Amino acid sequence: MSGFDVERVRRDFPILHQEVRGRPLVYLDSAATAQKPQAVIDAIVRFYQHDNANVHRGVHVLSERATEAYEGAREVVKDFLRARDSREIIFTRGTTEAINLVAQTYGRKHVGPGDEVLITQMEHHANIVPWRMLCEEKGATLRVIPVDDRGELVLDEVDALLTERTRILAVTHVSNALGTVNPVKELTRKAHAKGIPVLVDGAQSVTHFPVDVQDIGCDFYAFSGHKLFGPTGIGVLYGRLERLEPLPPYQGGGDMILSVTMEKVTYNRVPHRFEAGTQNLAGAVGLAAAIKYLEALGLDAVAEHDRALMAYATQALESVPGLRLVGTAREKAGVLSFTVEDIHPHDVGTILDREGICIRTGHHCAQPVMQHFKLPATARASLALYNTREDVDALVRGLHKVREVFG
Amino acid sequence: MSSGELQDLYQEVVLEHSKRPRNFRVVEGANRQAAGHNPLCGDQLSVTLKLEGDVIRDIGFQGQGCAISRASASLMTGAVKDRTKAEAEALFEKVHALVTEGPESVDLEALGKLAVLSGVSEFPARVKCASLAWHTMRAALEGRDEAVSTE
Repeated sequence: MSGFDVERVRRDFPILHQEVRGRPLVYLDSAATAQKPQAVIDAIVRFYQHDNANVHRGVHVLSERATEAYEGAREVVKDFLRARDSREIIFTRGTTEAINLVAQTYGRKHVGPGDEVLITQMEHHANIVPWRMLCEEKGATLRVIPVDDRGELVLDEVDALLTERTRILAVTHVSNALGTVNPVKELTRKAHAKGIPVLVDGAQSVTHFPVDVQDIGCDFYAFSGHKLFGPTGIGVLYGRLERLEPLPPYQGGGDMILSVTMEKVTYNRVPHRFEAGTQNLAGAVGLAAAIKYLEALGLDAVAEHDRALMAYATQALESVPGLRLVGTAREKAGVLSFTVEDIHPHDVGTILDREGICIRTGHHCAQPVMQHFKLPATARASLALYNTREDVDALVRGLHKVREVFG
Repeated sequence: MSSGELQDLYQEVVLEHSKRPRNFRVVEGANRQAAGHNPLCGDQLSVTLKLEGDVIRDIGFQGQGCAISRASASLMTGAVKDRTKAEAEALFEKVHALVTEGPESVDLEALGKLAVLSGVSEFPARVKCASLAWHTMRAALEGRDEAVSTE
């Protein structure tokens, strides 16, 4: 962990330095949304104080600056994902909109009656519902790669589920409910062997380890800014250029056209064809600042910190009597889902909250995987680069308190 | 401070009812029923009851939920048995005031055992847990067979 000083990192995140309920805040809910470093907050303020104007159309100096900032952010994201070309980066409101964009453009064009869309049992609702809606509209079938009791995909079944009717495979890189890291490169290889394109939901992965979309080989990759220490309301869809070029537009409006008459509309080039209306410019600027912040820390150093803390936390939680980890995949990142005896996760969450510890409880917008484990809910602690062993120790003390209250 | 509020929320009686809920069953010969759902947490609960004229002769509940929702449901079944619909409704109003506004806002004696739910008022995120069973009972009394939701 050379060069990664978590105490110095923590100083960059102003929100962490406060007391809640009379105790120091322990934030273990970064899988829901991550906190923002001062560099991101400053970048957004600076944009509104100095550079704000609409992009791509003004002749004036502010519009030039804003365009430079916005298109510069696209370059930053391109490098971050190791994409070939910045035209492969589309700004969206978040992962959810990115997946909907693919379902509504690629999906509506290529999925027909009797076709199949393949997802997995561990998807977030954002990677289920857009496909369910598409399948209902088109008379297609949604098929599902099952998970085993560790919370890993049953890879033996994948080949049989990739059929000649499969039009797309949509899979999460890291499960938000279990923490499982899926072998997306291998899955992509299997799908591509049958000519089937692949979308990867990267909402939970980009925060924890470097992602190389060319190495994975996937056709689409989606993530959200707010989980990557950037602002809410901004996200990214990466799409391979040859996949994006033939697609119809997503939403109609300004900026996504080249010319409009009442008789004929000529659509703009990729990526602008998919960015109708004025975009979240300050959001893109904030996201670029977050990525630059991470890169200055070193993506590998961050990954090493997260890996080491995850190992420490797993061991620490296993020491709590009556605690059962839900999701024990061999490769996990960032997420620890658990139950404590038969104490309902809401009660666990309430008692921890009174200790100043923020966790998530509930079904984590992933009800199908909860059903697999026959649980209505779990408690979930999630880790980020600013978390420490002390945070984990506080969680363990809090869990002992939970057991005390419930005697 | 914080541990005092926790003790108010998870009083002995609440914990005892959540671990060993009363009337945790389907009422035999029930003529009213309803299902309740808290979509935020996925908690589900069903209430069955036997109404004779205007009087609740028997009531039971089933389902899964946190300590607060189970205890509230269990205490509710004990409190409304052999009461009229109007009395049960009036009790719901009092319980609602108790869990949203706190013990100062209601006549605690009139609430009997239900007064142990007073700690919920310090935990706004848990009000829905405490009121799910009551909303569901109300739906059953009104003869609404569709699922009720806290949202």
